[in-house]
Amino acid sequence: MSTTSRFRRGTVFLLVATAISFAFSAGAPAQAAAAKCGTVNLADNAWVGYEADLAVVSYIMKNDLGCKVVVKNLSEQVSWQGFPTGQIDAILENWGHEDLAAKYITKQKVAVDLGSTGNKGIIGWYVVPWLAAKYPDITNWKNLNKYASMFKTSESGSQGAFLDGDPSYVTNDAAIIKNLKLNYKVIYTGSEAALITSFRNAEAQKKPMIGYFYEPQWFLAQVPLVHVTLPAWKSGCDANPKTVACDYPPYALNKVASAKFMSSGSPAATLLKNFSWTNADQNSVAKSLAVDKLSDDAAAKIWITAHPAIVKKWLGN
Amino acid sequence: MSATVLAKPKPVQKANVVQKYKMELYLSALSAGFVFFAILLRGIATLPLDTSSLTSFQSWLNSVSDWIGNNQNSNPFFTFFINVIRDSIDAFVTGIQDLISQSIGNNASPLIGWLGIVVLLSFVAYTVANVRIAILVFLGLVSLGLLGFWQESMDTLALTLAAVVLALIIGIPLGICAGLFPRFEKVITPFLDFAQVMPTFVYLTPVTLFFLIGPASATIVTMVYAIPPALRITSVALHEVPWSSVEAAVSMGSTRIQALRKVQLPQAKRTIVVGINQTIMAALSMVTIAALIDAPGLGKVVVTALESLDIGKSFQAGLGIVILAVLLDRTTTAAASKVDTENSHLVSHKRHRQILLFGGIATLVALLISRIYSWAGNFPGTGLIGSDIARYADDIVNWIQLHFVSVTNAITNGVSYGLINPIQNLLTNSPWFVTGLAFVLLALILGGKKLAIISTLCVLGIVGTGLWSDTMTTLASVLVAATATVAIGIIFGVWIGRSKRADQIMRPMLDAGQVLPAFVYLVPFLGLFGATRFTAIMAAIVYAAPASIKLMADGIAGVPASITEAGIAAGSNKWQMIVKVQLPSARRALALSTNQGIIYVLAMVVVGGLVGAGGLGYLVVAGFTQLNLTGKGLAAGLAIVLLGILLDRITQAAAARSMLERTK
Amino acid sequence: MISVRHVWKVFGSNPTQIIGSPDANLSRSELRAKTGNTIAVRDVSFDVAPGEVFVVMGLSGSGKSTLVRCMTRLIEPTQGEIFFQEEDILKVDEKRLRELRKTRFSMVFQHFGLLPHRKVIDNIAYSLEINGVSKVERHDRANQVIELVGLQGYGHAYPEKLSGGMQQRVGLARALAVDPQVLFLDEPFSALDPLIRRDMQAEVIRLHHQLGKTMVFITHDLAEAVKLGDRIAIMRDGAIVQIGTPEELVAAPADDYVANFVQDFPKSQVLTLRWIARKPDENEDLSGPILPPTVTVHNSMRQIVESALPIRVMEDGHLLGVVTTKDMLSVVSGSEL
Ligand SMILES: Nc1ncnc2c1ncn2[C@@H]1O[C@H](COP(=O)(O)OP(=O)(O)OP(=O)(O)O)[C@@H](O)[C@H]1O
Ligand SMILES: [Mg+2]
Repeated sequence: MSTTSRFRRGTVFLLVATAISFAFSAGAPAQAAAAKCGTVNLADNAWVGYEADLAVVSYIMKNDLGCKVVVKNLSEQVSWQGFPTGQIDAILENWGHEDLAAKYITKQKVAVDLGSTGNKGIIGWYVVPWLAAKYPDITNWKNLNKYASMFKTSESGSQGAFLDGDPSYVTNDAAIIKNLKLNYKVIYTGSEAALITSFRNAEAQKKPMIGYFYEPQWFLAQVPLVHVTLPAWKSGCDANPKTVACDYPPYALNKVASAKFMSSGSPAATLLKNFSWTNADQNSVAKSLAVDKLSDDAAAKIWITAHPAIVKKWLGN
Repeated sequence: MSATVLAKPKPVQKANVVQKYKMELYLSALSAGFVFFAILLRGIATLPLDTSSLTSFQSWLNSVSDWIGNNQNSNPFFTFFINVIRDSIDAFVTGIQDLISQSIGNNASPLIGWLGIVVLLSFVAYTVANVRIAILVFLGLVSLGLLGFWQESMDTLALTLAAVVLALIIGIPLGICAGLFPRFEKVITPFLDFAQVMPTFVYLTPVTLFFLIGPASATIVTMVYAIPPALRITSVALHEVPWSSVEAAVSMGSTRIQALRKVQLPQAKRTIVVGINQTIMAALSMVTIAALIDAPGLGKVVVTALESLDIGKSFQAGLGIVILAVLLDRTTTAAASKVDTENSHLVSHKRHRQILLFGGIATLVALLISRIYSWAGNFPGTGLIGSDIARYADDIVNWIQLHFVSVTNAITNGVSYGLINPIQNLLTNSPWFVTGLAFVLLALILGGKKLAIISTLCVLGIVGTGLWSDTMTTLASVLVAATATVAIGIIFGVWIGRSKRADQIMRPMLDAGQVLPAFVYLVPFLGLFGATRFTAIMAAIVYAAPASIKLMADGIAGVPASITEAGIAAGSNKWQMIVKVQLPSARRALALSTNQGIIYVLAMVVVGGLVGAGGLGYLVVAGFTQLNLTGKGLAAGLAIVLLGILLDRITQAAAARSMLERTK
Repeated sequence: MISVRHVWKVFGSNPTQIIGSPDANLSRSELRAKTGNTIAVRDVSFDVAPGEVFVVMGLSGSGKSTLVRCMTRLIEPTQGEIFFQEEDILKVDEKRLRELRKTRFSMVFQHFGLLPHRKVIDNIAYSLEINGVSKVERHDRANQVIELVGLQGYGHAYPEKLSGGMQQRVGLARALAVDPQVLFLDEPFSALDPLIRRDMQAEVIRLHHQLGKTMVFITHDLAEAVKLGDRIAIMRDGAIVQIGTPEELVAAPADDYVANFVQDFPKSQVLTLRWIARKPDENEDLSGPILPPTVTVHNSMRQIVESALPIRVMEDGHLLGVVTTKDMLSVVSGSEL
């Protein structure tokens, strides 16, 4: 080894080492505010309604409570998996998931149900608006077979294509189609993005399309999909996934948090417990985010300034 | 073998060769027989399975995953082993993040603010490479900030760094062992092959099962992906050291360790640095994929953008990844070539030392400033250029979508009805034993008995996963995508291999194409081609083509001048030159690019599941997100791996055979 | 100094089973076809005296390199004994072996085997370095040998910058640096062009005169062997077919293989008068000039031609025989002997 490079390496190490120790010693400002609340790890699930909840909650946590908020983009199941490890402190909008609730709330006792978000969720079958306008009777499931051939695509063979979205949504569509003897085939688009793109293109190009969707969802503000009625949901009609022949139940969306976090005494825990708003509230923030492309903080700020009383209630004073 | 006695590896013996015409006869008979029986017996024993149904094997996998979940915090295997690993890796990654990316406390910058990092890394680039690279690093880092992704970039960098350090700590010593002990190399090679064939998305689920989500899992999956190149290239590096110098050292009484330390490693250094380069690039590409399991950084921006269909933003972040990749690649490449010149160039000591001293002081000052002033701590502004770039990207994609949609629809339908559907119908309707037997016979013809046994095991394994029918659906798309990839590889490879200018133009684009995460182009493709298998195939082609093209181009460019000159002397025209001289001479490259094409296409099967490909890819994705499909997802991952091994081995055998024929 | 006794080296999967079995008598290609083994060295025995230059010669593949590597155990012999100053080096342990290699033996290789990442001086000082000699001391010593081999001024160059001949000088210097007792040289000059080769041969002769080292020198070039060797061993298919001084080989080749080897060699350059002196005829005039029997034919040519009378070859006052122009010409033209 030449002396040059040895010298060089030595210098670099020395300099880096000094620099780092310097940096450490220079002290860290602005730690005081965070001490009261500490760090809150919030799951961020993909849909924009959730983003709206998250934007508002984390804005309040950061600005009113002085928390350090860490947002984790995760799918629903993976978010639940974060409770036992402390990776996740709270899920802000949970859609059902009885199996996960059984596992983490009842059995492992690492999570707790914080009650409703105030939002009502609807899951069901939807068609593109132009189609509903042209064939008004299509919104009744009994007429679907009449139109099946219209929905044929390269992916569905001789049957009509029924599009499913994000694989993390538990759907009964295949069973419903079979049990109602509909001439359709479920096509798994594989992601919500794929599903939304498909709906949007179908409306723009005036092509027939039917698929799984849900509200509240910002996309409905852009393309107001039309709900198709299935045999009405009655308690227990969807108990056996193989024999389901009815619509999805209405969902009361709830919040779930880590048991450990809730007993930590953090002021953020109170906020999480009290947080609750309407579908209209959520949609207005969601629209700021998805359509107006505002940043999370900007969108949250608009809503918060307009609703100081609600925020005050959430904070418990 | 005693330590100072040296044994050179034995020369390999060549296998005997079935004559070529006979081979072709066998192959055509096999395909005719397959089609005949597949159609004759169609619909029998096709082993279909509903998406929501489970086989007992899959339910068993579910219970395994449940068991792991329930015992994660009680079983000693977890508390004393797995969790310890997780916690230490977590601490390591978080340490690096605190240093360069994550703010400590509220509103504060990380320990080293952006200015400090920019100056420090430029200085490091100068010391390991040269001034030009240092300037490149400086500009590149600043542009990351201007894109509006400073913190995300640093998160990606931190995670890459952590994974690379760990991968090298494990990979280099193992690579040295493999380089020194042929027997060890023999044992470890199948594992490396396996890791390389295994599509990256497939092991996300098993790893999170054990290590849960978070930086530790992200680091581990990245390591799994990055260790093989580090290990392999280190081993190659040692093999490359001239035997004579090792022998000379031993003849002078060196111990094994001395020979290694003073003779082999110094000479292997350059190649090992090339290996480090490969390791870094592999790690970077995996870190962006690891966003799916909560790896922070640019990958996460891309994934989130995909979820909200924000084309502009995903492109913007993708650009950030490309910049980061270019910086890391150029720096390590320059460092590798510097290892070479270091010996012969005697840089003027004094001047060099002055620059170093000056640079060192400047770095120190920058570090201090970045610690004290907030403008130097957090990158100012919110990505001024970034939003413009995003808007342009959005506009362009929208314009294309608006104007080409009828064309793209026609293409989608044409290819789907004309090509994918017939192949898929043939494969999914054929009895499993007919298709399986066809595979085994193909293996027997191309590779002999041993390969036939491996193929039999793979086929039975796939049947055992309970996902035969889904595997056939996936296979149909893989075949179409791989064929297209190879065709593109040949066409562009020949073009680039024959023309220096084409090479200069295309090379950077190919490089960028290789590091750009697939998620970036998924959304535009969805818009153009809908949620169809064709979209998945297109995404796979875009992902696989650069590697295929590069290999082919290198092969064509590497045809010895003596051969091409002979062709010209014989009066061949351009077309004859390509078809009769260059392509046959580049046969090895052709075989290699086919093999790599298939491997890359397979790696995209899971991504295809996100955009409507169905089959195994969808099941992996669904298993990843639905608790009661976890077992099925794992089984699907296993099926992909088995399919990968099957296709890899058979194409490799075909490649080896074509080589033998040529030497005959 | 060195004594090699019945050394065998068999490459392949079951080396020890070959020796002593009937298979050992098969030809190389037959054995390879039958068992996959190669006998590289076959029952070789010889002695090397202190200060002697012992040359091993043979065609490519005859086992020369394998033999010389067996002697320092760079290749482990399959069977046999090799004594170095009464010590069987095949029995010594690792540590002792390394010590011998560090202090007693040195090797020079056909392709030099220099370490490209080290400067000339550090190449030469390598063995001192692993001997734990301090930097100042080993550079001192290295500079001495650099001078010895005529490489002054190149100590700080890297090997790749030197010509082939100079690189092999570095190889020589490196071998000499530890002041070994035996030098093993495996075709050290085969990779060099003829002119430089001649220089280097002269260099070796000079060093041998100056330092008096024992040398085992491998070559496939008879001229080189004759020029340097005190004795020459000729190998064929792993076995030694003949050992002798250059003139013994030229004058009395043991078989056709050896004869073939020496056939084109200018015999007058090796043969001394002792070999061509014949009994004088009855009536031959015995008053011609006197020459000693150790003079080569080549060197006495002029005197023989110029003398009208037969030359008398005398040793210690005894008449060994006479040589005439006619006798001499028959040697030079190669028609006799
Ligand atoms: N590691 C090995 N494994 C198997 N066979 C070997 C090995 N090394 C040498 N051989 C064989 O042993 C025989 C003798 O080889 P060796 O290198 O000693 O010959 P050589 O006389 O030095 O030839 P050259 O003049 O070409 O250097 C050859 O037939 C060679 O193929
Ligand atoms: Mg040899």
